[in-house]
Amino acid sequence: MNVRAIRSIYVFEMARAFRTLMTSILSPVITTSLYFVVFGSAIGSRIETIDGVAYGAFIVPGLMMLSILNESISNASFGIYLPKWSGTIYELLSAPVSHVEVIIGYVGAAASKSVLLGTLILLTARLFVPYEIVHPVWMVGFLILTAVTFSMFGFILGLWADSFEKLQVVPLLIVTPMTFLGGSFYSIKMLPPLWQKVTLLNPVVYLISGFRWSFYGTADVSVGVSLGMTLAFMLACLLGIRWIFATGHRLRA
Amino acid sequence: MIGDPPTTPAATRVSDPILSLRGVTKVYEGGLTALSAIDLDIERGEIFALLGPNGAGKTTLIGVVCGIVRPTSGQILADGYDVARDYRKARQAIGLVPQELSTDAFESVWSSVKFSRGLFGKRPDPAYLEGVLKALSLWDKRDDKIMTLSGGMKRRVLIAKALSHEPHILFLDEPTAGVDVELRRDMWAMVHELRKRGVTIILTTHYIEEAEQMADRIGVIDKGKIVLVERKNTLMRKLGQKQLILHLSKPSKVLPKGLEDHTLELSQDGYRLVYTFDKHQEDTGIANLLARLSQLGIEYTDLQTQQSSLEDIFVSLVRAPT
Repeated sequence: MNVRAIRSIYVFEMARAFRTLMTSILSPVITTSLYFVVFGSAIGSRIETIDGVAYGAFIVPGLMMLSILNESISNASFGIYLPKWSGTIYELLSAPVSHVEVIIGYVGAAASKSVLLGTLILLTARLFVPYEIVHPVWMVGFLILTAVTFSMFGFILGLWADSFEKLQVVPLLIVTPMTFLGGSFYSIKMLPPLWQKVTLLNPVVYLISGFRWSFYGTADVSVGVSLGMTLAFMLACLLGIRWIFATGHRLRA
Repeated sequence: MIGDPPTTPAATRVSDPILSLRGVTKVYEGGLTALSAIDLDIERGEIFALLGPNGAGKTTLIGVVCGIVRPTSGQILADGYDVARDYRKARQAIGLVPQELSTDAFESVWSSVKFSRGLFGKRPDPAYLEGVLKALSLWDKRDDKIMTLSGGMKRRVLIAKALSHEPHILFLDEPTAGVDVELRRDMWAMVHELRKRGVTIILTTHYIEEAEQMADRIGVIDKGKIVLVERKNTLMRKLGQKQLILHLSKPSKVLPKGLEDHTLELSQDGYRLVYTFDKHQEDTGIANLLARLSQLGIEYTDLQTQQSSLEDIFVSLVRAPT
């Protein structure tokens, strides 16, 4: 395995994040803080506890997931799309690196940034609301698994996109609505019975539910199902990437 | 008019090739055949110039060797390694300077070059990279963002990136396109220096002068086929025609009578008679021509000879029906 190549891609991508510190790190932290102010304080003060958890604390896992999903997709898709757009992809294609090494480098960097961001949001949340983490190991596990899975999804998006518009359209029109409707700010038990069933079609529900379980020990769906769905989505992304590289789709003529 | 290309399939083969292509074909999805059963050997340590008109297949040929384009069929060995099966070892031997100025615009020169070396699996070697940057007059610009550099400097950055992993084979795809004369000559010097160090160089170019100045061998590709591979000097000798130009004392409106048997052309201003001949023939016909002019009383003030350039040969080859 070309470990030096993986390291080079990883360091290169991480350096890009730190070079654009304002947009990569500070912006999501500030946005999340605003969510806490609006939902946690202003609206949350009028909502009772959910499953015995104060509303401000209840939304912490959902807000973390919201940012992690968006940032994982955005970082990974941009990371691989940028060399395609600028033409520097030739170097990656002509280098002695395998597909697996390329994925580890790009997805690893994107996931690392997301985990870092998630940690920062967690620390920021502490300034607004008290919370507890009942299953810290599972919390870290879900955090990493989600970051890696959605970074892979972003990587696929970046390979597929042939314009900046396409790069934006999936996060804006699909992922963000799914995250909002996936129980970031509410428990799906609060929905009418029909919508409770419909919302189970949304894969983000399982991510948020499992993540929230790791914080408070309560969940909308069983943690086993959450884990299974996350792993299934990860497997789907892996198969998608494998197919893309096997066919040379949009990379090699 | 130049005769049939002198190339035979054997002419594309050498005894110790560092790069070897056999039956390499590339048919794109749309049905375009960009490369058609290419057989080609590149000698270790040579400078090989690949000439061809736009769309001839030069960049596709480089692409299939470097791993950017997937060949439809055929085998390619680089430094003895199959580029498909042993792609790691094959690619480690190759450096590529692309035609487009594709750079990491927001990165510094140093980080970009360092990234390239790591990507090819080489351990960090700041001293080597410093040497590369100094040789390319980029050392002072090492901390500058690439986007702030001129086109010529960006081209140098691409060369530095290609050299960062110490390749044995260097592809230069139109290396001096859009580069000013001074920088072009600097690059020619650099290419010769690399060759001295044992690097095999394959360059594509539109500048025939570049091929004439630099190449040991020349290949011409047209419509996806190698139509000629020859040593430059042999090529010039085999195909080079010479011209004798006679500057007349008095202009003539038409070719003077009595000279019809000679392959002569009259210039538009009527002052120059141009006689084309094969300098390798025992009887070039010059003596007869001069004697005939004397008999006819046609006076001339000066005479000079000139040899066909590679450009003439190239144009003649790619215009020839295939």
